[in-house]
Amino acid sequence: MSAKPRIKIPDSAKAGEVIEVKTLISHVMETGQRKDQDGKTIPRNIVHTFEAKFAGKTVITAKLYSGISPNPYLAFFMKVPGPGEMEFSWVDDTGVKISEKVVLKVA
Amino acid sequence: MQRMRIEVVHRRDVLLGAAGVAAFASLLALGGKALAQGNPPTAADFLKTIHGDAKPVEAKVNLDLPEIAENGNTVPFGVTVESPMTDKDYVKAVHVVATGNPRPEVASFGLTPLSGKASVSSRMRLGKTQDIIVVAEMSDGKFYMGKRTVKVTIGGCGG
Repeated sequence: MSAKPRIKIPDSAKAGEVIEVKTLISHVMETGQRKDQDGKTIPRNIVHTFEAKFAGKTVITAKLYSGISPNPYLAFFMKVPGPGEMEFSWVDDTGVKISEKVVLKVA
Repeated sequence: MQRMRIEVVHRRDVLLGAAGVAAFASLLALGGKALAQGNPPTAADFLKTIHGDAKPVEAKVNLDLPEIAENGNTVPFGVTVESPMTDKDYVKAVHVVATGNPRPEVASFGLTPLSGKASVSSRMRLGKTQDIIVVAEMSDGKFYMGKRTVKVTIGGCGG
């Protein structure tokens, strides 16, 4: 998990509006099922936890498993309570945590 | 006489040895079987951890999945659950299960009234043609489910 996650939200929204939030992060999502050339199992390394918060309150959490494709894409909705900042976090099997913040403009 | 005794002991040793090898082999077989059964949970096991003994009703859960997935490595999916998503009546969780994968768990989403609309999408790996089951848990404790078959041309589980 290295590159900056990509996040897409509308440029601005109205309070009470339901908006779609799209996220994408680069990650191998190694399943732990594959073997290398020497026949040794390649250890599992996936993003297992995702969370999105708005102004400190949880919007959605996701527990991901090896059934999720590499570079996990996650899209979901949020009812805009008012102006605030969105906070996203991803955690993988090696313990790496990536966080990202995006301010939502509320007209 | 002495020689005879030695021979007898020898024979017993051989017998014991053979029995030991047989016992060890059967242990190995048992161990292997237990590992195969015990380690990766089956789709049924995973579903049981989600809804216990409750029987989800086949309603309210709409699945957006391709009928045929040419590349099993990235199969786009969307799940939408009918719910007003208010503080009193909302979808608490959405679980996605790929029943034919070596590891059937795909994702478990935890939603809140702040979600506004109970709809999530992502991309999954499918090893072969199989049924996808999605179970939704409502805030009142009820379970609903949806099911779809996806045909997979090239499997996506690295072997």
